[in-house]
Amino acid sequence: MPPRRIVPKRIPMAEQAPEVRIHNYDEVPLGFTAEQAIAEAARCLQDARPSCMAGCPVNINIPGFLHLVEIGDFRGAINLIKETNALPAITGRVCPQESQCEGLCVLCKKYEPVSIGQLERFAADWEAEQGELPVPDLPPATGKKVAVVGSGPAGLTAAADLARLGHAVTIFEALHEAGGVLIYGIPEFRLPKAIVKREVEYVCSLGVQIQKDFLVGSSATVDELLEEYDAVFLGTGAGLPWFLGIPGENLGGVYSANEYLTRANLMKAYRFPEYDTPIARGRRVITIGAGNTAMDSARTALRIGAEDSIVVYRRSRAEMPARAEEIHHAEQEGVQFHLLTTPLAFYGENGRLTELECLQNELGEPDSSGRRRPIPIPGSNFRIPCDVAIVAVGQSPSPIIAKTTADLATAKSGVVVVDKETMKTSKKGVFAAGDVITGGATVILAMGQAKIAAKAIHAYLQSGNW
Amino acid sequence: MYPILKKQILSEQVKLVVVEAPIVAHKAQPGQFVIVRVDERAERIPLTIADFDRDAGTITLIFQEVGKSTKQMGLLEVGDAFENIAGPLGHRTEIENYGTVVMVGGGVGIAPLFPITRALKEAGNHVISIIGARSCPLLFWEDRMAEVSDELILCTDDGSAGRKAVVTVPLQEILESRPEVKRVWAIGPGVMMKYTAATTKPFNIPTLVSLNTIMIDGTGMCGGCRVVLNGGARFVCVDGPEFDAHQVDWELLLQRLSFYRAEEKESLERWEAHRCNLDRAYETLTSVR
Ligand SMILES: Cc1cc2nc3c(=O)[nH]c(=O)nc-3n(C[C@H](O)[C@H](O)[C@H](O)COP(=O)(O)OP(=O)(O)OC[C@H]3O[C@@H](n4cnc5c(N)ncnc54)[C@H](O)[C@@H]3O)c2cc1C
Ligand code: FES
Repeated sequence: MPPRRIVPKRIPMAEQAPEVRIHNYDEVPLGFTAEQAIAEAARCLQDARPSCMAGCPVNINIPGFLHLVEIGDFRGAINLIKETNALPAITGRVCPQESQCEGLCVLCKKYEPVSIGQLERFAADWEAEQGELPVPDLPPATGKKVAVVGSGPAGLTAAADLARLGHAVTIFEALHEAGGVLIYGIPEFRLPKAIVKREVEYVCSLGVQIQKDFLVGSSATVDELLEEYDAVFLGTGAGLPWFLGIPGENLGGVYSANEYLTRANLMKAYRFPEYDTPIARGRRVITIGAGNTAMDSARTALRIGAEDSIVVYRRSRAEMPARAEEIHHAEQEGVQFHLLTTPLAFYGENGRLTELECLQNELGEPDSSGRRRPIPIPGSNFRIPCDVAIVAVGQSPSPIIAKTTADLATAKSGVVVVDKETMKTSKKGVFAAGDVITGGATVILAMGQAKIAAKAIHAYLQSGNW
Repeated sequence: MYPILKKQILSEQVKLVVVEAPIVAHKAQPGQFVIVRVDERAERIPLTIADFDRDAGTITLIFQEVGKSTKQMGLLEVGDAFENIAGPLGHRTEIENYGTVVMVGGGVGIAPLFPITRALKEAGNHVISIIGARSCPLLFWEDRMAEVSDELILCTDDGSAGRKAVVTVPLQEILESRPEVKRVWAIGPGVMMKYTAATTKPFNIPTLVSLNTIMIDGTGMCGGCRVVLNGGARFVCVDGPEFDAHQVDWELLLQRLSFYRAEEKESLERWEAHRCNLDRAYETLTSVR
């Protein structure tokens, strides 16, 4: 191939203007047109030894699909992506590309990386526009039954792969809608729910049954499922929200991010009273934490009508774990950042939150994680008036299943222990993947692990050997 | 969908429905609850399982019409269905033969108290039940409670049925005169449970309450249901719903329960106005015809 011309800058992505979008719940980036996608894909240098693929947890053939987009073979591009990634419309939107594929793009050293995520999204959206997906030919039924617990990215991926191998799969989901964090956590303006529904419908079209309103560990135990099913896959995520353990945290108006986002997204409280579930329409909303969950909360608060949406984070900007795009979008929308700030106590009147007391930090020596440690400055206490606070400092797996399942080994942090080659747990016939084995991580990792688990489950069902 | 097979009006505001929910019925135990959602736009609300029939695959739910959601639920008829019923959720009551126990039920709390009372009676306890409500039309299941109790005391705030007293008055008398009482259960409005706790405290009698906090998922995922005990915060949906009444921070519980009062009012008013308009439109339609 002749050497290719370097185009230093990305094709800009059209977005809803910040002042407009904070008054609606619609998606922010509008997506590439076909011409824009072709031009952006042509920026790839098509290096003989591409570096980007090493950054992809599921090893998408990135230069391959970029080339197909460039020549206008969008069908070919999406098919190639789907060989290793079952949910491209979702991951194209929510993967932390800057620390994965795009972070390793050769252009990165001097120029802007290729918009790999946006092109992945483009290919997937193009396919959706072509109408319903044809259902692939399924092999004859194997007669084996698998119970998949949880319908997040891990559960949906495992279910689809197992169904395509001829197994009868039932997904058990505690909530009234399938999709896990994709449906209850990540807001519509970042990931339209229609996309998640389309993926769920596709999985169902493969013959997968979904039993909603079913909390495993309570509606039935894993052992009871094993009486009826040949294998059980746990994709139950990390749903237990952490709190700070500081005074006043149980005042009305202090939410976990899970509660705030579940009310807003799953229950559609942003459309109250048209929908029945209320949410506190705070004027000054403080979000504590700086991950994706925190950005989602702070930006949701603006859309629910907050005049001030403030993020409080104890480290500095460089350590904020959220996707770069989310931080950028939050800043554009007017979210304020109180960095190097540690929350100390909540104060309220008549049981309702009125203030958050904080302490200012300065940066000290690097800690064990290599990040500079925040050190409190004595006497720097100050208070921020607020009527809603959202605690978004992390989560771990819910203990329900571990507590009700004999011989299922878990680590101290609550995660289920697995063999990373096969995703086998300590209990015969039970596999696990996704946030339940890692703690809060990413969609793409959950999906990649679920694919490994599906393969191992298939092998186990065929051989019977554990 | 979870169809309603039977409906009964227990009192002015209290309705009973028998619903087909085989998975829940199969596993339900006294003390557990379900989360229901009436339709696509509805809230998820916790309701304690008042009774269950494993063979028929049905559960009995009893609710009091207070806000928009419960009033809307009250309009469901036989043949209608709930969009969702998830469960059974929460821990079951620990049933043992404790000796003599007192069961205190207030208003709609009599419903969840019933299966626990029945199980305690079956386990051989001497059961004294005190059930009360504001006034006679709000009282229900006196007969069923009588069947599973050795002694039953009725009271109403206005004296329209049984004794004119709040439930803690006969409770106090029993505790003073009968040292054999080993345990007390109380289910009802928050304030009633708070005062029951205060009544039994000086006697040092283990007292259990079933808390009815606001919930969303009911699976331990949001923390919205949290309650503060001596040892710190707990999630009612997965750690409860039964707790040691003497450890509960009642002030905080009551405050959290009333957090959405303005929104509840807004929702109810909007719904009632909407229904009025519908009724008027219907009248116009029929009169034209
Ligand atoms: C607000 C928020 C924003 C995020 N943003 C991003 C992002 O931008 N990019 C990214 O890559 N990742 C993001 N993440 C992380 C990502 O969503 C998770 O890593 C991913 O969803 C994990 O998938 P999972 O299938 O393991 O679990 P989940 O998506 O958590 O799904 C678990 C499912 O199991 C169900 N379940 C749990 N227990 C039971 C039980 N006992 N019985 C039955 N069902 C049960 C739950 O209801 C849920 O539906 C975000 C997370 C949050 C909370
Ligand atoms: S209702 Fe959400 S944790 Fe209890």
